[in-house]
Amino acid sequence: MAVMKKKGSKGLPPISTASLPDVIFMILFFFMVSTTMREQELLVSYQLPQATEVQKLEKKNLVSYINIGRPVLHMQGKYGTASQIQLNDAFKTADDIGTFIAAEREALDEADRIFMTTSIKADKGTKMGIITDVKQALRRAHALKISYAAIEPRK
Amino acid sequence: MAGNKRKIQEINAGSMADIAFLLLIFFLVATTMSNDKGIMRTLPPMPPEDQKLEDQKVKQRNLMLVFVNSRGDVMASNGADQQGQNFNIRDKADAQRLTEKVQEFVLNLSNAENLPEKKEVDLEMPDGSKTKYRESLGVVSLQTTRDTDYETYILVQDALTRAFSEVRNIASMSLFAGRQFADLNNDEKKVVIDAVPLKISEAEPRQKGQK
Repeated sequence: MAVMKKKGSKGLPPISTASLPDVIFMILFFFMVSTTMREQELLVSYQLPQATEVQKLEKKNLVSYINIGRPVLHMQGKYGTASQIQLNDAFKTADDIGTFIAAEREALDEADRIFMTTSIKADKGTKMGIITDVKQALRRAHALKISYAAIEPRK
Repeated sequence: MAGNKRKIQEINAGSMADIAFLLLIFFLVATTMSNDKGIMRTLPPMPPEDQKLEDQKVKQRNLMLVFVNSRGDVMASNGADQQGQNFNIRDKADAQRLTEKVQEFVLNLSNAENLPEKKEVDLEMPDGSKTKYRESLGVVSLQTTRDTDYETYILVQDALTRAFSEVRNIASMSLFAGRQFADLNNDEKKVVIDAVPLKISEAEPRQKGQK
């Protein structure tokens, strides 16, 4: 017994880190599965409105995004703080949506074009005037399936 | 044969964790969580320019007007009653009242004179048989001003969607022997959607000062 005690007082054995890579890999795989690649840099910041009756967007490659909100901080010097419409990587106006939709539609397979969905990601403080302009432009461009992006409130 | 005696050296796996960390951080930075959910809608196609206005006339009793003003007040009235009802859409209970009003309007259980008419339609069931269903002709017309907040608009859209889902649920219960809409398969859902189409019409926004 006395011998044992002496050994213990020399210091604790080091904690084995052999399973650390496994743990990290597990987290890595979780992130690889549950996230998607960032496709564009957001130039506007938005807080989505809350809604309960939301549906998931099924096929990501058939979705085009229209972001509407206040420009992010480093763009505010140039564009001010009024709501802007972002298509791809630039601020555009509602008149450019026709061209944008045509380009997005062109990029899809012919068979998939009717399933094309446009997701409107707009800040909750946006005025309906802008949203309506966007919707009218979408109607003119025959992109009739839309989704108003919203988040589900926490239960 | 000296090699046999020598112990095979183990590969040092100490840096494995670092490599994994590096990959992890790359994925954390380069990807986003997909929270792509939203209220789905189908916009009406642009009317042909030569379309006459009379074509779109809807009977008063078949129309419910939901109007959202720039302060976020919601007013709902069905065509037949003179006075509209006001709702505070930010209040959960009041939003529920709006949902119920719309639901009552679409369903018209009592077959009241001032609520929408019904039209008998033939529904084709997934098994090929035909069922008669009395489809409601009610249309909810949603109007906003250009100054209305998007958040309020979404809250109203949400309340309307909820009302229509409830109606679909009721239709599904009667068509498919008490089964909820969510429990149906895609073919059966299609039948219910045909029976209860989402009739929300969105008029062009009113300009300020325009009647």
